[in-house]
Amino acid sequence: MSGVPDFVNTLLPFLPEWIRAVVFYGVVALILFVSVILTMAFLTLAERRVIGSIQARIGPNRVGPGGLLQPFADVLKLMLKEIVVPTASNKFLFIIAPLLAVIPALAAWAVVPLWPGFAVADINAGLLYLLALSSAGVYGVILAGWATNSKYAFLGAMRAAAQMVAYEIAMGFALVGVVMAAGSLNLGEIIEKQSGGYFSYFFWWMIPLFVVYFISGVAETNRAPFDVVEGESEIVAGFHVEYSGMAFAVFFVAEYVNMILISALTAIFFFGGWLSPFEGYPLPGFITAPGFHWLFLKLAFFLFCYLWFRATFPRYRYDQIMRLGWKVFIPVTLVWLAVLGVFFAYDIGPWSK
Amino acid sequence: MKTPASFFKTFFLTELIVGLYVTMRQFVARPNITVQYPEEKTPQSPRYRGLHAQRRYANGQERCIACKLCEAVCPALAITIESDVAADGTRRTTRYDIDLFKCIFCGFCEEACPVDAIVETRIHEYHMENPGENIMTKDKLLAIGDRYEAMIAADKAADAKYR
Repeated sequence: MSGVPDFVNTLLPFLPEWIRAVVFYGVVALILFVSVILTMAFLTLAERRVIGSIQARIGPNRVGPGGLLQPFADVLKLMLKEIVVPTASNKFLFIIAPLLAVIPALAAWAVVPLWPGFAVADINAGLLYLLALSSAGVYGVILAGWATNSKYAFLGAMRAAAQMVAYEIAMGFALVGVVMAAGSLNLGEIIEKQSGGYFSYFFWWMIPLFVVYFISGVAETNRAPFDVVEGESEIVAGFHVEYSGMAFAVFFVAEYVNMILISALTAIFFFGGWLSPFEGYPLPGFITAPGFHWLFLKLAFFLFCYLWFRATFPRYRYDQIMRLGWKVFIPVTLVWLAVLGVFFAYDIGPWSK
Repeated sequence: MKTPASFFKTFFLTELIVGLYVTMRQFVARPNITVQYPEEKTPQSPRYRGLHAQRRYANGQERCIACKLCEAVCPALAITIESDVAADGTRRTTRYDIDLFKCIFCGFCEEACPVDAIVETRIHEYHMENPGENIMTKDKLLAIGDRYEAMIAADKAADAKYR
């Protein structure tokens, strides 16, 4: 765990050591929080513009230049709306459920390495922490569905539970391959293990695992084509059918922050995170140097894929989702883990060096 | 029945990739067809059937001779005409009302008119704020005709050779 930098010590010498750490990491976490929320806000705009363009429309372009202020208009509208709490609902859980959904999504960002040597909390078991938090996120959805005391919401919650369980396993297995290759659960070390240009990314050796991981990620975040949890055409809006105003907005934030997180993690696990793909080429410094911009570019590509999938594919039927998760993804990952084991045994691949 | 070929297609998601290609082609290579309405407008035909107008001759005399053919042909019974002899001895309408709520904008009145007096203009952006404004009285129709005579005449000229 990296210590508090010197400028904090010189700036606040009168405080005890541990308070200085609390202040420093508090400020860093706050900056990260604001950045993630802003990214999420503009992701909603990007989604509407991209899907609009794919459907030969323009999308929102009226609020601010090119529609750039649309997210803020949306937030303002949602803030001014009343939060209706259904009479028959469990009021405490009804209010607490959106928070249970959004807190794990935001907390997971603590271990994401943003640039070389930096993560808010550079912990050794970062990957375990991520798996734990992404599993915890489903509680918000399930509790929301249950506390609403509506059949539609409850159906959505049940679907969410089954879907999360099924895809969590495939996702975890796909990451086992990454951990085998990296020999570490620390995300920074996983990235460093992939250094050496674009051909040393884990992606090339784990294409099936990458496909399984990213599709499971789409399913985990309940995005189209796996959005049966919301399932507008069948169960109205699923678990958040009775939520309005900011309570709904918080679920919305959780979903989009999770999307960004899954995209960032895909970039980190399979595409070398902040590493430059052109390492060692005679190109200008910022292209060959590792840095946040590379993570951001890779992340943006996967976010685009999310939007692209949503605009392309019709929703899976519920039983097909279950079939895909249990009968396709889990066997595929298991087989590829065995293949990877053979690679390791005979020292094939970039990890042999 | 799963043949090896169909299994291959399923497993490597070929159909999905084709679908992704279709949407990506639209995204990068095809234009958006949205028209930004108040600023941009789609082209209109000179035959466009919008708000009604009554025309006058160049000397200022109103064209309508109260033949009531339009009233007779109107399938929605939207036109009400009363006529009398004017001061100069010609037959003129004393009342010419079109109820825009009844009107179905079929253009039969325009076709029936022997003197091109009642026409439907290209005006399609209008509104009513109070009950009763849906009745286009003779004065209102003539006012619109006076104001848009240039456009109406051009549209009639453009369409003349097909009549």
